[in-house]
Amino acid sequence: MTAGKENVDSGIPLLTVENLQVEFDTYGGTVQAVRGVSFSVDQRQTLAIVGESGCGKSVTVQSIMGLIPTPPGRITAGSARLRGHETLGRSTVGGKQIRGAEIGMIFQDPMTSLNPTMTIGDQIAEPLQVHRGYSASDAFTEAIRLIELCKIPEAAKRARQYPFEFSGGMLQRAMIAMVLSCKPSVLIADEPTTALDVTIQAQILDLMQELQKETGMAIILITHDLGVVARMADEVAVMYAGKVVEYGSADDVFYHSAHPYTVGLKEAMPMNDPARQHVLKPIDGSPPDLFAPPAGCGYCPRCPYAMQICSERQPQGHNLHGHHFASCWLHHAKSGRKPETIFFKDAR
Amino acid sequence: MGDLIEVRKLTRFFDLGGNQLVHAVDNVSLTIGEREIVGLVGESGSGKSTFGKTLLGLHDKTDGEVIFRGEALPKKYRPADFQKLGTKMQMVFQDPYSSLNPRMTVGEIIGEGLRLRSSLSASDVKEQVVDWLEKVGLHADHMSRYPHEFSGGQRQRIGIARALILEPEFVVCDEPISALDVSVQAQVINLLAELKETMGLTLLFIAHDLSMVRYVSDRMAVMYLGSLVELGKADEVYFSPKHPYTEVLIGSNPEPDPNTEKGRVSTSIQGEIPSPVNVRPGCRFANRCPKVLYVCREKTPELIPLRGEDRLVACHLIS
Repeated sequence: MTAGKENVDSGIPLLTVENLQVEFDTYGGTVQAVRGVSFSVDQRQTLAIVGESGCGKSVTVQSIMGLIPTPPGRITAGSARLRGHETLGRSTVGGKQIRGAEIGMIFQDPMTSLNPTMTIGDQIAEPLQVHRGYSASDAFTEAIRLIELCKIPEAAKRARQYPFEFSGGMLQRAMIAMVLSCKPSVLIADEPTTALDVTIQAQILDLMQELQKETGMAIILITHDLGVVARMADEVAVMYAGKVVEYGSADDVFYHSAHPYTVGLKEAMPMNDPARQHVLKPIDGSPPDLFAPPAGCGYCPRCPYAMQICSERQPQGHNLHGHHFASCWLHHAKSGRKPETIFFKDAR
Repeated sequence: MGDLIEVRKLTRFFDLGGNQLVHAVDNVSLTIGEREIVGLVGESGSGKSTFGKTLLGLHDKTDGEVIFRGEALPKKYRPADFQKLGTKMQMVFQDPYSSLNPRMTVGEIIGEGLRLRSSLSASDVKEQVVDWLEKVGLHADHMSRYPHEFSGGQRQRIGIARALILEPEFVVCDEPISALDVSVQAQVINLLAELKETMGLTLLFIAHDLSMVRYVSDRMAVMYLGSLVELGKADEVYFSPKHPYTEVLIGSNPEPDPNTEKGRVSTSIQGEIPSPVNVRPGCRFANRCPKVLYVCREKTPELIPLRGEDRLVACHLIS
């Protein structure tokens, strides 16, 4: 973890993404899937990216991993820097492969993400041979150790089994073992527990936290479940229609929500707090069509507080305090409506 | 308020051949009062959906019976039974993508039940379809479109309209919201709650989202590996679970509140739900239970009422 120390000293975050923009050419036209996304994440930190399906959260992390097929996909602007080195459009940083070695990724559906014709042990051993030059037998021994580390019982026996012999939770553990094999400095988890039951979800989240404590890796967690965010995240980025609309620490985003969309999400979920019972308030309508992104704020047609300007011009990011940002016209100095009166009712 | 439905020792096994029997639903008894919403929770593989389907006759009963308004329903449904009971009991399915026929228009899908079960003319059916499209928040001109032209939330509304157009008394909703985004889930839940009020519906609400089940249900039933382990008022079960499995299940449910979550002691248990093939006697939760006793592995606990409470629990620790 020497590299990590340098980071802390130099004050550069481990991974910084700035103004990322991604488009896809389709028969129906060009979709602007990601429209200027910025965030950063540091060692031992967990950043959660929250948002509905189609908001661009998966495309964002796939761009960082170099997983966007080009064509039809295209990164049109922005940068992603790992320890200050650009990663977009490159496959190595400082002699190390980015994909797999520096940044590891686990996916929502472990069943279709693993190779059904290879044993679990061989699949975990493969990156060790490719990225770290292990011999086949050493790699397999190390794979068994990693399977044990991820708390799969009877590791030696399980290593010789195929994915179909594993349950969903066990497959997700195997995928985590595979990612850990190269000791990545960043782990990207794209909806890692969405397909799992709550009891298994709790086990996987515990495992991720434990491994983070041990290895110091940063985690970028993509989810739509605010419960999972509350449990895991240090920092939260709320995405809507290809943009980050609110960004801040978990406490900022949950207790001082500063964007109407964040507030809407919270009100659409049941709270298990007898003292704060509320009637579910759905967000009417649906997200905008990103074939022709709106001129103004993407949330404007669904926003109960929308003003004239919201449909005409993009809101700027307003810094509320510390590094809590929200892109909303209500925070503009000349806005007639005081956001405090709308948003901060829920404050501690 | 009487009981609309009484389920007595309902059992559904699936024979895999070679002496392998899947105990999908094993000896489950439950009553559902008129205009009540009973939420059914449990992990995948616990038999929730099979229970709902067997209740409606979509699976034959291996044993036990279902009594609807004092009348025992057939053990094995014949087409005439579906024809007759389809107007009283309906189902909303989990997956809004695979449960609508892609080759039928939305109008045909929603109107099919009426066309088959009433003597209404084609134009009257159409009128009702339009009426229902509007009730579930869609438009009359959506009638001639096909399912693929709709989003998940809209498709779920189509599924709801299809189930409710016959004005049934009882509806099984099998995970009606789990395929939807958070903001859309609330839309569908509010729609169901509103229709329940206006139509006087009785619902069995199957879901794995515990917070949502607590929110919509009057009573909550918890299933594990084919059997019912706890049943009681939704808030009471959620906030003071009595069965160790319910405790674990609710303890694993992440709350959207960082302070609660960061202060939470990890309650996660090891292991996964075992195979329901050839289940041995004893409590089914015994091999994962943090509070397991010797007797748990020997004797199957009965679902018994908790003293002084409107609650049923199947656990040796309680008795």
